[in-house]
Amino acid sequence: MNVMKTTDPRLHYLTPLKQTPFHPRTAAENRLNDWGPWAGYTTALSFGDTAMEHSAIRNTASVYDLCPMVKYRVTGPDAAAYLDRLTVRNASKLSVGGVHYTIWCDDAGKVIDDGTLFRLGPTDYRICCQERHLPWLLDSAIGYEVAIVEETEDVAALSLQGPCTYSVLKAAGFDVADLKPFRMRTFPFDGGEVMISRTGFTGDLGYELWTTPAHAIALWDHLFAAGAPWGIRPIGTHALDIARIEAGFIITNLDFIPVDQAVREDRARSPFELGLEWMVDFDKGHFTGRRALLKEKVNKSSKWALVGLDIDGNVSVEGSIIYQNGKTEVGTVTAACWSPSAKRNIALAQVRRPYHESGNLFVEVYALRELQYAKLMLPARVCERPFFAPPRRRTTPPAPF
Amino acid sequence: MPSFDVIVIGGGTNGLAAAHRLQSSGRKVLVLESAAAAGGAALGHEFAPGFRSPGLAHVANQIDNRVMSGMDLARHGLGFVTSSVSSTALSATGDHLVLEGAAGASIKGNLSDADRKNWLALRKQLLSFAEVLAPFKQITAPRIAKGAGNEFGKLAKFGLNLRMLGKADFREFLRMILINVYDVVNDELTDKRLKGLLTFDATLGSWLGPRSPNSLILLLNRLSGEVAGQRATLALPKGGMAAVAEAMVKSAAASGVVVRTGAAVDSLLIEDDKAVGVTLANGEEVRAKLVVSAMNPKTTFLKLIGPRHLDAGFVKCIGDQKSRGAAAKLHLALKAAPDFRGADLKSRLVIAPSDDQVELAYNAVKYGEVPKRPVMEIVIPSAHETGFAPTGQHVLSAVVQFAPHKPKAGPDAARAEMLENTLAMLEEHAPGIRSLITHAELLMPYDIEARYGMVGGNWHHGELSVEQMLFLRPIAGIAQYATPIEGLWLAGAGCHPGGGISGAAGWNAAERILREVRA
Ligand SMILES: Cc1cc2nc3c(=O)[nH]c(=O)nc-3n(C[C@H](O)[C@H](O)[C@H](O)COP(=O)(O)OP(=O)(O)OC[C@H]3O[C@@H](n4cnc5c(N)ncnc54)[C@H](O)[C@@H]3O)c2cc1C
Repeated sequence: MNVMKTTDPRLHYLTPLKQTPFHPRTAAENRLNDWGPWAGYTTALSFGDTAMEHSAIRNTASVYDLCPMVKYRVTGPDAAAYLDRLTVRNASKLSVGGVHYTIWCDDAGKVIDDGTLFRLGPTDYRICCQERHLPWLLDSAIGYEVAIVEETEDVAALSLQGPCTYSVLKAAGFDVADLKPFRMRTFPFDGGEVMISRTGFTGDLGYELWTTPAHAIALWDHLFAAGAPWGIRPIGTHALDIARIEAGFIITNLDFIPVDQAVREDRARSPFELGLEWMVDFDKGHFTGRRALLKEKVNKSSKWALVGLDIDGNVSVEGSIIYQNGKTEVGTVTAACWSPSAKRNIALAQVRRPYHESGNLFVEVYALRELQYAKLMLPARVCERPFFAPPRRRTTPPAPF
Repeated sequence: MPSFDVIVIGGGTNGLAAAHRLQSSGRKVLVLESAAAAGGAALGHEFAPGFRSPGLAHVANQIDNRVMSGMDLARHGLGFVTSSVSSTALSATGDHLVLEGAAGASIKGNLSDADRKNWLALRKQLLSFAEVLAPFKQITAPRIAKGAGNEFGKLAKFGLNLRMLGKADFREFLRMILINVYDVVNDELTDKRLKGLLTFDATLGSWLGPRSPNSLILLLNRLSGEVAGQRATLALPKGGMAAVAEAMVKSAAASGVVVRTGAAVDSLLIEDDKAVGVTLANGEEVRAKLVVSAMNPKTTFLKLIGPRHLDAGFVKCIGDQKSRGAAAKLHLALKAAPDFRGADLKSRLVIAPSDDQVELAYNAVKYGEVPKRPVMEIVIPSAHETGFAPTGQHVLSAVVQFAPHKPKAGPDAARAEMLENTLAMLEEHAPGIRSLITHAELLMPYDIEARYGMVGGNWHHGELSVEQMLFLRPIAGIAQYATPIEGLWLAGAGCHPGGGISGAAGWNAAERILREVRA
């Protein structure tokens, strides 16, 4: 394994980006040497062909290195109560072996981050998220009997996504036939364990595999050996990004600015403003931000809406400004792509209310065509998310593609 | 059990003031007080057989005039043995300085002509600044936010007062408002005794030394106080500070307020995220439409309510609110009158030999230590009236600074050391006093916390310092007496405008409630 070997902690600056436990394998596969930083790690943006990698997500089996995902372990008698107060969903109701997508807010009801919450035991949870939050998690622990530990470096994880992933796992000796979406199960592996959850960030059939760094390489090799008949392939962040836009998923710091990082006061967003109000459980008792959110709900004072857009043509519109009637500026596209799966030109966008319901929207695109920009005003329609949602993502047992 | 519109938790002077104001406007108010009698830190106690302290607080300098007249305290028995106590800056050689009249209008004793002249000019300037600040005490702290319900009429008066200062004084106001008192007295004066007294007064009840940033504003705050119709004066209530509490209790009762003593509130009853009453330590539930907490704000949120009903950021902020106390309280039973080298025992006797000595005494507590040479203000109530000590004997009441609230040496060792050092200081200024002592009681900040519920033993139920004043008091977001929990209000000294036997915070809170909540 080629993780940092320096013993003197003062020399950390020599390695500004860490390597994940899978690096020996991802480095060997990365034909174009296309790397990008993610949460302090160097990670593959693509392995050589983003279109083929996306195609693996939707047609065969893809493997994505999840290690940089920030992970916290929350344990102790008050773990459930603590998470009920920290997050907007009901963590007590999440059963052991279950996972749910969740968010947490500051006192003003503005979103700090989103993530997935795993209930590993009655008093044992794991939070997986994009940004680091230890100070906030510890502040939130005042008055609760819980221990909070960051375990990002102690867990090695891979995301295995695509219609054939069930078959790949079966071939690998992991029987997940009856594993429903958002459930997990642990298997012995390589003298240790691997926990497999039916979760992912693609909106497709897929699993995430969690083990310790010591078993990382063995897991990779085992999966690739078992998955070869299905054309299993590693994918980079670019391919995943297309899939997640198709699935309508948002990413912290790309689709919204977390309130604790926002420099400009008006950049903070509430769950209502990110289309996440469905998960806010006002009936579970108090949680941080509840009073502010209830007020926002009652007063209907949300200022923004996060919407899906369907845009004419096939020019991808990332970063574009949105206009109503071609003149009033009403928002910004936060993520966009030509969707190979939906065969539509799609985007996620923040739109100032009430323009999300007004119709007659246009996105302004500067299309660079051989060193000259063509300014386009493309008609856009607010539409349902996800843009692509194959039934196989939920079918249990999954079909043996 | 009759039903009440309002429960006031804590029958200190602020709780009583709030209760009376609310009751007089037609609400039925119940005060729940944990101690055997209402009055909080105004109450005195028998600390040795036949010897009674005048109260934890012993000098009145800011009884709010609205409380005084609104509760008609005079009719309910509040009088003053004197409302212009002089202050004596004691000298160990008997070369005392005596400041008489409001804020030392005249000085008796050996003082250079230059200092005398400069003092009068400085005094005038400080009083004019204090005058500008005074109106703030009687309003809800304004907030910098839209729709905050600011009292613009009264704020306009503040603006006008500032304008009235004139250009030169206004500039001086801005220069001095956040300055430290040490620099100010050293800019203008040379006399150590005078500088010692002024820096002592500025830092009394604070966790600041004379050279700490912003220490002057506490002197201005003190000078902006008013008692018995006089600004910047010191008064001794007849019967000690406890008499203020007694008059307030009588007045409250006369207006219809029910005061239940021995009723310690254990927790706030919250239903549907609204405060609907309280649970007492004995398990009894008492319900009302509104609950007003006139006890410590930190304790209110962290103990009575608990983090689970509050947002995480809020819990962190209220937990971090600074509440370090550094004032210890000394009570001595003396078998005869002490002799402070001829000083008038009816004066407020201050041992603060110089501004540097005050600073040095503060230095110790920064490190959790006991100062070698503490500074103090002494009141001898038995020199004024009977009832505190057997005839011919005396009670000495002193606020001694600076005492560590979390001593490194541990509570008992620190108390013993503090007492020894205090008595040594006293002996230096009143030779023979130690042989007169028949009983000594020293309450350290942690003793005061245990006995009176003032977190850290802090005078103001949370330090009064620039970063915890006005819209930042007790912390930002709850500076207007309302709290995040609907139906729960704050009214104690932890709120604007801070502590002292005053009732201002309680009265302001009641006014705010009357304005914001329909009966
Ligand atoms: C050493 C010292 C000396 C001081 N000297 C002076 C002075 O000379 N002059 C001056 O003006 N000020 C002085 N002060 C400051 C002054 O005493 C306080 O600022 C003032 O008493 C605050 O009034 P309050 O009503 O807000 O609080 P308090 O007087 O503290 O009253 C709070 C009340 O709440 C009650 N309570 C607490 N918990 C509960 C509960 N759970 N249930 C029911 N009741 C509860 C307490 O028993 C108490 O009666 C001094 C302070 C100290 C520490």
